[in-house]
Amino acid sequence: MTTTAPPLLNELQLDALTELVNLGVSRAATNLREMVGAQVHLSVPTVELVTRSRAIAILAERESNNLVAVHQVFEGDIGGRALLIFPETKSLELVRAITGGDLPLEDIIELEQEALAETGNVLLNSCLATIANMLHRSLKMSLPEVLRGNAATFFSLEPPPEAGDIVMFLYITFAVRERDISGYIAMIMDMPSLTALTHLLDEFIERTAG
Amino acid sequence: MTYKLLIVDDSKLARMSVAKAMKALYPDWTRVEAANADEALALSGDAAFDVALLDFNMPGRDGLELAGDLRKKHPKMPIAIISANHQDEIVARATAIGATFLPKPLTETALSGFLVTALTQIGSAKR
Repeated sequence: MTTTAPPLLNELQLDALTELVNLGVSRAATNLREMVGAQVHLSVPTVELVTRSRAIAILAERESNNLVAVHQVFEGDIGGRALLIFPETKSLELVRAITGGDLPLEDIIELEQEALAETGNVLLNSCLATIANMLHRSLKMSLPEVLRGNAATFFSLEPPPEAGDIVMFLYITFAVRERDISGYIAMIMDMPSLTALTHLLDEFIERTAG
Repeated sequence: MTYKLLIVDDSKLARMSVAKAMKALYPDWTRVEAANADEALALSGDAAFDVALLDFNMPGRDGLELAGDLRKKHPKMPIAIISANHQDEIVARATAIGATFLPKPLTETALSGFLVTALTQIGSAKR
């Protein structure tokens, strides 16, 4: 375990990262809108550098019920995990919205896993691709995987972070109009990726505002 | 003729990026920046702006709500809503307010196109 303090992002780096997440999620919302046929409302994203236990606490205090997550690993100059997280009770409603709403319940249940994976794939990919493009880097994305559990399960996936227990936690809530659907997008990076990210952010800031 | 431009975005970087583009396009324009809708409204009370560039997704009231408020006070002011979130409903609301929707990240070309049209509007409004 390392005891050195994490290289915290400075104010402008954090601003740049929040803006990148905002761009990525806004594009993702546009795609989700096409899939569900109703307007998707987004919160302004919050970006925090927190310990894993704090990330778990933040999510757990907002959502006490069982959760579903679509999980994808990304690799490249920066690596980490991206998660689209819903309360389990909302996931069938999301599938219903995407499939058009006329299907009987048993079909919806059968389609649930696949529809969730596809939704997660579209949302997380458009979000990460936007960020990667803006940083002039490419990221390799794994296939989506649907997980069930709670905040502790999702933020303690194997293998654990290589260095330090500090993770970056980005969260945003989205809600689909006229449907009872809301969820979170979270990204987790470990210390080496965070260090790499600060350099990419500096380059991005220089290109954008320099 | 110099004009006064209002730039509203909660991201300092985004405001810096617009400032950079403006330095290239219209360096003599006066730029006034606000980080949220309330700040923007307070500023617009003091002095009229010729053109406003508003980010959509901001804490507190969003850019469309701000555009609605500004529109009441300044019926003819050219307003742009800037966002990567180009959902039909958002673009439609911008159009209904009489604002132009510009995609984010904002390019110098897109900004230039909007400002050229805006200048024509301001010109004919003053005539």
